Amino acid sequence: MAGSIQSLERAAAILRLLAGGERRLGLSDVANALGLAKGTAHGILRTLQQEGFVEQDPDSGKYQLGAELLRLGQSYLDVHELRARALVWADDLARASGETVYLGVLHQRGVLIVHHVFRPDDTRQVLEVGSMQPLHSTALGKVLTAFDPVARAELVESEREAFTAHTVTDLDVIDAEAAAIRERGWAAAVEETWAGVASIGALIQDRRRNPVGAVALNGPVERVCTTGPDGRIGPVRPDLVVSVREAARAISRDLGAPRF
Amino acid sequence: MTTSNGQYIAAIDQGTTSSRCIVFGADGRIVAVDQQEHSQIFPQPGWVEHDAEEIWTRVQSVVSGALAKAGLTRDDIRAIGITNQRETTVLWDKNTGKPVHNALVWQDTRTEELCKELGRNVGQDRFRRETGLPLASYFAGPKIRWLLDNVEGLRERAERGEILFGTMDTWVIWNLTGGVDGGKHVTDVTNASRTMLMNLHTLQWDESIAQSMDVPLSVLPEIRSSAEIYGEAVGELAGVPVASALGDQQAALFGQTCFDIGEAKSTYGTGTFLLLNTGEKIVNSYHGLLTTVGYRIGDQAPVYALEGSIAVTGSLVQWLRDQLGIISTAAEIETLASTVEDNGGAYIVPAFSGLFAPYWRSDARGVITGLTRYVTKGHLARAVLEATAWQTREVVDAMEKDSGVTLSALKVDGGMTSNNLLMQNIADVLDVPVERPYVAETTALGAAYAAGLAVGFWPDLDTLRANWHRAAEWTPRMDEATREREYKNWLKAVERTMGWIEEDQPSGH
Repeated sequence: MAGSIQSLERAAAILRLLAGGERRLGLSDVANALGLAKGTAHGILRTLQQEGFVEQDPDSGKYQLGAELLRLGQSYLDVHELRARALVWADDLARASGETVYLGVLHQRGVLIVHHVFRPDDTRQVLEVGSMQPLHSTALGKVLTAFDPVARAELVESEREAFTAHTVTDLDVIDAEAAAIRERGWAAAVEETWAGVASIGALIQDRRRNPVGAVALNGPVERVCTTGPDGRIGPVRPDLVVSVREAARAISRDLGAPRF
Repeated sequence: MTTSNGQYIAAIDQGTTSSRCIVFGADGRIVAVDQQEHSQIFPQPGWVEHDAEEIWTRVQSVVSGALAKAGLTRDDIRAIGITNQRETTVLWDKNTGKPVHNALVWQDTRTEELCKELGRNVGQDRFRRETGLPLASYFAGPKIRWLLDNVEGLRERAERGEILFGTMDTWVIWNLTGGVDGGKHVTDVTNASRTMLMNLHTLQWDESIAQSMDVPLSVLPEIRSSAEIYGEAVGELAGVPVASALGDQQAALFGQTCFDIGEAKSTYGTGTFLLLNTGEKIVNSYHGLLTTVGYRIGDQAPVYALEGSIAVTGSLVQWLRDQLGIISTAAEIETLASTVEDNGGAYIVPAFSGLFAPYWRSDARGVITGLTRYVTKGHLARAVLEATAWQTREVVDAMEKDSGVTLSALKVDGGMTSNNLLMQNIADVLDVPVERPYVAETTALGAAYAAGLAVGFWPDLDTLRANWHRAAEWTPRMDEATREREYKNWLKAVERTMGWIEEDQPSGH
């Protein structure tokens, strides 16, 4: 663990100070309250002002919190909000495809399942909301890794287990595939985590086009993949790819993302 | 009669805040939706009105909108089904088609005093044996009486046979089938069962109750089944049979395919409505539930239901958001509640305007109890969700006591079903699985199903049942000892709400 950075600590202290009590403070108020030299306090305040975190009243010269802080707070998307917005589209994807549908978000070096729609065959199925899936070997994880730099960083740190003979664990190969996923806009994972299971995933974006999660369908390779004339399992079915991408776009649209 | 090969059913859902038209395909999937809100009119505290003419305009507009979105014409539509906000009452002139007053909405409390008067020395159960309902301001009969008493000259016009009454199903069907030009003046058994004027046993208007309420029989529509052809539409859907009507909660019961005795659905919205199918048996409630008609298909025997309503469920979450500001969106309640393991000993009983089923205590007011220094907003968020779960448990217990039927699973729908923690909590406290179907729009689906059955689009109930698929299921995880302890605590909290308002105190706040 590296030592903390003093100027950041001081900037945080200033923001806290402005967030409580009087809310509008002059330069000497800030400096006195935090035991800083005026010059130091001024330097930090000016930087915070440039970033929009602090605003200065033109008449009194006093400082207050800036609008950028509010914007930061709002950009956080509650996963339960995500589920509520995605409900209709995830249901529709499961019904149209006949397969299981998951919604996942990045969480501690893995994918947290925040929503799960049963396959519509009325067999006994267990709700998997709250469980984790790996980043490197599922469609959900691959989508997040490809589009979210934070997920990529988590992947580098994580232990990439080889679940099956098809699991890719080599970082260079993963990165090359991620580039291809970014290019075409969707990911597939065929028997990379579970033998006999294939998944197709696409990205969900918020109104600022930030990657906030992914939607994927999972099913047996016999149904999710094409079959060649020799009976061999081929790549995933293009019609299912279209359905998954449409669902991802619809959810993103409901979150306020611009039309693609 | 025009025969059509239409492959779709259009459902009109005339609700409290908006009107919608949803077009369904044969597998029950939604093809297109259009929706428009209408004005809420509040002339004074406790009064809520709708402009029935505006509602009819909106209905026409969403029908056009849904057809356009689906890229369909009337030739593609095999039948139209209607579902509606229940009890909302409109009277209109049958020669001009003009309403004589704004519609009195079900939430409108202006008939409270009148209901007390009508109870005379018997009390609010005066008409319960015949109608299944207590005297309460929701129901249509007293609203008709209020209009006749308060709109100048109306009673005379009514007695001359110039005035027609309808709940929203009747109003929409009359207009849809021609209005002044031969419109059909009909209602269905489920809507009629919410007027307090229909006898549950005969499914006909009860003349002596109508007389007691001073409502002339001439204003009342003909009572028909929930699934039969009432007439053909004119206008945009000209020639398409209008083939079903169901009150919204009964439509949800039908849409959830609760066709067997003991099957129940619960719709979680601002408030919550639980309906239990009791088959051909009229079950009298001794535990504060309503007895109502579930549905009737053509000339088959009627299917009855017990209904328990919970006034405050989703609105408690809204209260936390809007009044306390603890959360910024409704969905965040789950995030906040998930920050803790349990309720920390806190319980919230949202008796904002008294306790409803099964207590019916208007002297009760809400409490937050069990507070200690340990309790955080996370615990309160959990207590909010648990309040909905325990209220469900109380209604289910009352239903089991009244009907002798034990619930084996609960089918849920409505906005709050996206709250995973809540759904798990309900499964835990009921100790039965909670099941969510794919189509969240069970109300409109129910109306479509009934209309489709009436015209032979779907052959039978089994076909409809085969369209029902489980999208999620929550199974009980709570151990018996915890459940019992928590239930006991909840009941203790409920006890503490009672008697807050004293007789001579204004009950407004």
